[in-house]
Amino acid sequence: MFGAGGGTSSYKEIEETDVILLWGSNAREAHPIFFHHLLKGLDNGARMYCVDPRYTSSARFADLWVGIDVGTDIALANGIGREIIHAGLANQEFIAHATEGFDAYAASVEPFTPDRVADICGIPAEAVVEMAHAYATADKAQILWTLGITEHHNAVDNVLSLCNLSLLTGHVGRWGSGLVPLRGQNNVQGGGDMGAIPGRFPGFASVDDPDHRARFEAAYGRSLNPEPGLHLTLMFEAMERGDLRALYVIGENPADSEADAHHARAQLENLDILVVQDILMTRTAEMADVVLPASVAWAESDGTVTSSERRVQRVRAAVSPPGQARHDIDILCDMAEAMGSGLGPRDPEAAWDELRSLSAMHTGMSWERLEAAGGIQWPCPEEDHPGSAFLHGWLWADDREGRDPAPFSVLEHEGPTEELSDDFPLRLTTGRALDSYNTGVQSGQYDSPLRFAGLDMNPADAASLGIADGDRVRVCSPRGSVEMNARLASSLPSGLAFTTLHHPELIDVNVLTNPDWDPKSGTAEFKAAAVRVERVAAAPDSEAGGNGDRTRQAATTAGTSVG
Amino acid sequence: MADLHFGADQPTAAEWAAIDTIVPESDAATVTETERLVRGGRSRRQGLRHQLLPVLHSLQHEIGWISPGGLNGAAQRLGVPPADAYGVATFYELLRTTDPGHRDDVVHVCVDPVCALAGSDELRASLEAEGARVHASPCLGQCERAPAQFIQGVRRPDRVPADNATDGEPFRLPQAGDPTLRVLRRVGVVDPTSLDSYREHGGYEALAAAIDMGPDAVIAAVSDSGLSGRGGAAFPTGVKWRAVADEFGPDKHVVANCDESEPGTFKDRIVCEHDPFSVIESMTIAGLAVGAPHGWIYIRGEYPRATAHLEGAIAQARAAGLLGDDVAGSGQGFDIELRRGAGAYICGEETALFNSIEGFRGEPRNKPPFPTTHGLFSQPTAINNPETLVNVLDIVIDGPAAYRSVGTERSPGTRLFCLSGRVAVPGLYEVPFGTTLGGLLDLAGGPVGSLAAVLLGGAAGVFVGPDALDMPLTLEDAREAGATLGSGVVTVFDDTVDFESVVVRIAEFFRDESCGQCVPCRVGTQRQHEVLVELQGSGGPLTEQRAELIDDMAVAMVDASICGLGHTAASAVRSALALGLIGNSP
Repeated sequence: MFGAGGGTSSYKEIEETDVILLWGSNAREAHPIFFHHLLKGLDNGARMYCVDPRYTSSARFADLWVGIDVGTDIALANGIGREIIHAGLANQEFIAHATEGFDAYAASVEPFTPDRVADICGIPAEAVVEMAHAYATADKAQILWTLGITEHHNAVDNVLSLCNLSLLTGHVGRWGSGLVPLRGQNNVQGGGDMGAIPGRFPGFASVDDPDHRARFEAAYGRSLNPEPGLHLTLMFEAMERGDLRALYVIGENPADSEADAHHARAQLENLDILVVQDILMTRTAEMADVVLPASVAWAESDGTVTSSERRVQRVRAAVSPPGQARHDIDILCDMAEAMGSGLGPRDPEAAWDELRSLSAMHTGMSWERLEAAGGIQWPCPEEDHPGSAFLHGWLWADDREGRDPAPFSVLEHEGPTEELSDDFPLRLTTGRALDSYNTGVQSGQYDSPLRFAGLDMNPADAASLGIADGDRVRVCSPRGSVEMNARLASSLPSGLAFTTLHHPELIDVNVLTNPDWDPKSGTAEFKAAAVRVERVAAAPDSEAGGNGDRTRQAATTAGTSVG
Repeated sequence: MADLHFGADQPTAAEWAAIDTIVPESDAATVTETERLVRGGRSRRQGLRHQLLPVLHSLQHEIGWISPGGLNGAAQRLGVPPADAYGVATFYELLRTTDPGHRDDVVHVCVDPVCALAGSDELRASLEAEGARVHASPCLGQCERAPAQFIQGVRRPDRVPADNATDGEPFRLPQAGDPTLRVLRRVGVVDPTSLDSYREHGGYEALAAAIDMGPDAVIAAVSDSGLSGRGGAAFPTGVKWRAVADEFGPDKHVVANCDESEPGTFKDRIVCEHDPFSVIESMTIAGLAVGAPHGWIYIRGEYPRATAHLEGAIAQARAAGLLGDDVAGSGQGFDIELRRGAGAYICGEETALFNSIEGFRGEPRNKPPFPTTHGLFSQPTAINNPETLVNVLDIVIDGPAAYRSVGTERSPGTRLFCLSGRVAVPGLYEVPFGTTLGGLLDLAGGPVGSLAAVLLGGAAGVFVGPDALDMPLTLEDAREAGATLGSGVVTVFDDTVDFESVVVRIAEFFRDESCGQCVPCRVGTQRQHEVLVELQGSGGPLTEQRAELIDDMAVAMVDASICGLGHTAASAVRSALALGLIGNSP
């Protein structure tokens, strides 16, 4: 947003803010460490509003949970924006100073009256008003989001609709107020920072910008391709067309994680060559022609990671990789040399120093400084720069540091591309649970008493389909069907069903999900498929329960649990 | 919150109703407004926690005990972990978490020394013979009319038979009519249920004067008067108020500690029963002086009449604009909420009292931080007992010099003493500091029988012998004599008393009332009791080994307990040994 990709705020600011909008994020389970910071904020008196179709365990900590229909985020954000404007709570001074496009934005949100938003989102109109006033009148306010915002066909628009709210109120670019996309791993931020994005060099330099490219060409001593690369979804389309014939996968498991998994696996099968570099034998690795065992980043590798608050920290190897596993950097350099071209130094610190010479936001961070400070937040352009707690302070500078004003975005509500129908009357959404990690490659090997692999259903929906708790059901989407166990969950409003993506070996959930994707982000609409649920059999006995272990389930669901 | 798991027991309709009267469903920790809108959150839950004890009181009163279902309901409604709620429910003498098997009222009969001397054993036996549900209780704060009873009602009001017997009759102090009375001037004179009557006797003149003077001058006058706390610790009141006034922020509290539970103490009960407006007025002055908008009264659960009179006084003062957003036109807000204890001696300790109000077990906190910075809800708090507060009225009206015209330089003013036991006219007396112990006893008609010992300061105090009758009753003289005035308890024993039984009962009291938080106190009070029981059973003298054990435990409790209970749990026992009241049997 407004340039580089990264959360604008520090964790510490979450602890000291006054109002938190947690939007499309079950951080309690998906970002449990970050959630500790959020809890400190609540302890310090912050109020939290949680927007999520499900009454999640995070929502249970909220002052108000607002259960919108899946994919209606823009309508709600626009409605909040309209209410802020109509209540006279917009920060006119900030808008005039730091933004552009306000009038067009105001006109675009005008139709989103609280009543209309209530209609679209399926929530009471007063929730829109209450959130608008809470956010706008707060001294400091944060908007936090995760995949509930970004795993949609219009992901970028969803994000921009939230950015609009911060521009409207001036809740960005100052201590305690900001916009924070939560990162799912300790180093997602670092991956993007290092240029693992099609079209970007390290430090978010643009591939297609001749000045940027020239800098990297000079450093690398060769000309560089000016065309942005393909992101994952485009790669699969290229595979389908036959344009992409060879794939080198590092630390990803697309055979399980892609939407419409049947289709994705077929594409992988058709490749001329598939190379997978991973720490574990994933389903993708099983399909590969060559598997390169890699060392684990934690405890086996030297280098840095960058957290959601843009804090670069050192990691250190404590043990050697087992067996034939090798460090990623060694594998990559050998691979390059085998292709007849060196990648430069293999020493992690030397590689880091090369980055510092190319990425201005990292220039001030020597390993020595990172050691001494225990981590530094980018941007840190000089050796004596303390690092940056928050981004976009320029919005408040008298001259905006010479930058263009931040633009409002005009956004229309679209809703999920796959509409509900008589054949597929239920909305299926997917997400994560505390005790599993993504496709389960790393977490599936240990046991958890809380783990449940199956379908969560609203009890009334289930009753109308003759489904009882624990029954075996078949879930059908226009793309395929999958059998799983059903669990009745009053945390789901009627019409909504939920499953996690953690157990592809038991439940091939991405057979069901919708591959429609956002052309701006490349992310598929994992969050909204239309499905039909059919009862297959009564609750299996405890032996046949698979991972949805009945005895375990009974133990964890005995009695009642209230928020 | 998200992790609260409840057992299967559900409240009955009656139990839900009992919970509803305190916290209706619409105010619950989590409210499902629609299928898509749920209100909850941490601050809402934290704001409800202090209703836990009132909810438990309500369940106890309506149902006769707190069943697992009722406890689950209370915990759900308030968003309190059920184990936490259970911990609170089991902390208090007046709350039952096991089914008593009946739904009758329970008659609590005091078995502490004064009531035991007055025949509480016989009373229990006769009540039981009549079919009453009798429960042996520690001191009920009615020592001047021993043996004491308190009836805990089930779906009927709590009551004290001695109150009912005298209902309608004007209360009469032994010193009635004495023109030198200060704190007790209006006791037995005003109608405690009438604000008008209070005003006719000079009520609310002090508040008007205090508003004219302004906060700084009020605090200066209190400091200059030399007023010190009357609860036992004798901390200078002006210093306490100044410290709270100097704290920043609007969320400060004034707490009246009406939880007097020291065996032998009943002074605050009489003040609250017979002059409740004076407590309300002086709390209001304190609130305005220190800048605290929140007032709290924490009163013993065994004091139904004092509670009713204070509640009535609060309501009348509120209606008259003497409490509320703008107190008597001062432009400052102050209001008072009353909370009942549920039978726990330790809750008279100020930080335990805070925990009790906040809905936690009444366990004392470490100090520092002190209440002036981290008191109720961890906010700056001035906590005083009613006697201390009521002294402020005269200080404000007459000034510090007039206040100091009686008493001594280091102990100015007067002091209330609770006389009970073998004395001709037991009751509450007010005398200037410096009056001798003998002079005080003479005022009460002298000892009955041959005086053997006086217990000064209650169970946490010390025994003194007849040779102490010349001791002036001041803080400094008491300290010099190794004694204490404590909360003003003066229990008189003659030579017919079985002191071994008295001391064993004192030890038993501490064993029962230790909150258990500090190991030296939890174990020490138990062992001390065992040693004394063994001594009593042996019929022999105190062996060197037993004496050493008692001394060792006393040292450990003083050194390593965090509150006054552990610090004083051995003092009466050791003074009884030193005086030869026990341990010498041939």
